[in-house]
Amino acid sequence: MTILSGITILLIYQLAGEISVLLLGIPVPGPVLGMIMLFLTLLVRNRSSESLDATATALLSHLSLLFVPAGVGIIVHFDRIIEEWIPLTAALVVSTVVTMMATAAIMRGSTHLSSRGDDKNA
Amino acid sequence: MPEPDLTTIWVYLAATPLLGLTITLVAYGAGYRLYTFARFSPVLNPVVSAVAFLIGFLLLTGIPYDAYFEGGQFVHFLLGPATVALAVPLHQQFAKLKKLWLPITITLISGVMIGAMTSVGTARLFGASLETQLSIAPKSVTTPVAMGISEQIGGLPSLTVVMVVVTGIFGAVIGTRLFDLMRITDDSVKGIAMGITAHGVGTARAFQVSSEMGAFSGLAMALSAFATAIILPWLLKALGMIA
Repeated sequence: MTILSGITILLIYQLAGEISVLLLGIPVPGPVLGMIMLFLTLLVRNRSSESLDATATALLSHLSLLFVPAGVGIIVHFDRIIEEWIPLTAALVVSTVVTMMATAAIMRGSTHLSSRGDDKNA
Repeated sequence: MPEPDLTTIWVYLAATPLLGLTITLVAYGAGYRLYTFARFSPVLNPVVSAVAFLIGFLLLTGIPYDAYFEGGQFVHFLLGPATVALAVPLHQQFAKLKKLWLPITITLISGVMIGAMTSVGTARLFGASLETQLSIAPKSVTTPVAMGISEQIGGLPSLTVVMVVVTGIFGAVIGTRLFDLMRITDDSVKGIAMGITAHGVGTARAFQVSSEMGAFSGLAMALSAFATAIILPWLLKALGMIA
């Protein structure tokens, strides 16, 4: 029963997110808005429930599985991928390495700066 | 009693979602076992081995992707609730997040712009078609969001999905190495970089390192999905790539 009520809560928030996106024309996917709504609910209540925690942990611990069917979709694009493999590979490798290192450096630098600011205020 | 004919059974199986769903779980289970056997070496990421196994299976049997996806969609569907579920670790780590809101905001906005510009720029430099450039632009955000953005800006959503998954796998594989190289030890820094660059696949990897890194990665992934949906169409318009 635990998992059942947990998944029900998640689906209700996803549905609420999808409907709000359609009604308000916000350029954000429904599940993302649903996540923000659930997050705000948890903040206001200031606690989660056992069933929600258990379901979230179960879903998130096998998050990689959920990408498999979409990944197999590479099979549909074989032609384009073979034709454009150089720009595709270059873009993926360059962009992923640069973004990973840049965000890590920026996060480290700005955390350092803001904690130094806190020290001064203290 | 008529003899059960193998061809009849095969025709029946190929027409129901059961086969696609079962084979997805079996492939992932095998991939995961291989992964634990290799002591969690990131090169043997279970998504890579499961996808490779399934592609081999589809090519051998001649089952078209659409027929496979009839079953695969049940797993794919869970991406939605899983995205919503990210609110839970986010809430658990809220005290830490609140302290770091300014660095996170700065990193997020610059990260989204750097990710989009380096991917589109490199693809263009190497002569990719405009459609491909647009399909690759949202590669660092989680699948359902990336598909929506891709459609909106005129890319090919199904190509985007592939780019997103490959980026996630590549990011998850090299991320921890790059962090070691940069001598980063702080799990919050690693998590934020991982989530912005490699979305859910990176987050899955981050949860294996520590729940703190996982929560930060999940947060970064959720926020960057939100930020990219807003920033990317505007950025591409400013660059004159879309009307």
